[in-house]
Amino acid sequence: MTEKKEQLFQDKIDAGLKIEPKDWMPDNYRKHLIRQISQHAHSEVIGMQPEGNWITRAPSLRAKMVLIAKVQDEAGHGLYLYSATETLGITRSELIEQLQTGKAKYSSIFNYPTLSWADMGAIGWLVDGAAIVNQQSLRRTSYGPYSRAMIRICKEESFHQRQGYEIMSKMSNGTPEQQEMAQDSLNRWWWPSLMMFGPHDSDSAHTSNAMKWKIKRGTNDDLRQLFVDRTVKQADLIGLEIPDPDLKWNPESKHYDFGEIDWEEFWEVVNGNGFCNKERINNHTNAHTEGSWVREAALAYAEKTQNGV
Amino acid sequence: MSDKNLPTWEVFIQPKTGASFQHAGNLHASDKEMALQNARELYTRRKEGTCIWVVKTEDIVSSNPEDQASFFDPADDKVYRYPTFFKVSKKAKGL
Repeated sequence: MTEKKEQLFQDKIDAGLKIEPKDWMPDNYRKHLIRQISQHAHSEVIGMQPEGNWITRAPSLRAKMVLIAKVQDEAGHGLYLYSATETLGITRSELIEQLQTGKAKYSSIFNYPTLSWADMGAIGWLVDGAAIVNQQSLRRTSYGPYSRAMIRICKEESFHQRQGYEIMSKMSNGTPEQQEMAQDSLNRWWWPSLMMFGPHDSDSAHTSNAMKWKIKRGTNDDLRQLFVDRTVKQADLIGLEIPDPDLKWNPESKHYDFGEIDWEEFWEVVNGNGFCNKERINNHTNAHTEGSWVREAALAYAEKTQNGV
Repeated sequence: MSDKNLPTWEVFIQPKTGASFQHAGNLHASDKEMALQNARELYTRRKEGTCIWVVKTEDIVSSNPEDQASFFDPADDKVYRYPTFFKVSKKAKGL
């Protein structure tokens, strides 16, 4: 019986049809989705912190308004993705608990500190740029609610990348100090951005089923290559230098070759030893705990007035 | 500390006056005012609509995808519901 259901399920995937919440699905498909989508949601939410760090110090009113709008978008993206995860039968409070206890991960890039205003540029340009490559590919993911969330997010995300690139190009065309800040920021964010795509395909525990089930539509290495090819030209255009001595155009493959990622650093940060891991989770836990009375009061009010009905 | 989940609400947006409402997604809220305000903040930050409906998820009744074939079966054999079923002269205009 289960075998027949699995066959029907796979046929549907192969035919390019979407899986919806009430459809039958293998347990491991459900588990994989919960892990992947919640990790994605947590990344959006934790990702508000490194940028939130600069809201009060934005260099102009325009820059401040834009940054606030961007951070608000990240909150929205987190909520779209939590909603999609909840369709798989897990509650919001379980998801938050998994984040706070470290059972669920979020993108390691957000464990790096934001040291200068140029980092707002680098995050928008590189971190959102890398996220967009991944998310554009995920618009075609096989799970309906995830795919719909991705379509919505991609529409909003392109402003994020453009605002980041604008900051970087302004600074790299600015005073020598500003140029230096922009280059320093690129130097610090380049490699962590490449790490965002995850381990090499040959070392990735989750890739094969994810491709068969069309949860993922591009492999880690393919998507990383796409990002490098796009970004090198953008850096050239604003006179910034990618911090990789091995980076060069390969006329045969028609792609840029690039150096090896420091995987030791990657795993250190994944395993909790990055610069800001503790701070990020502490902030989240504190905000959640301090807000609990608001949720309780709202529910009590709804019960009392019965306007929830 | 109790951490009850706030109930979920489904959000429908009318993209412009006169258009049909479309499902946009869902959200958590304790009551209908909060649901409407959260829907505005979450789904219409870029002027996506002219009107929003929110309805509690538990109040939605859905057909079951597993019963798709039998549930929609009554429409299977009624090709005469389509205009192309009827043969009329090409000379007849305005039909």
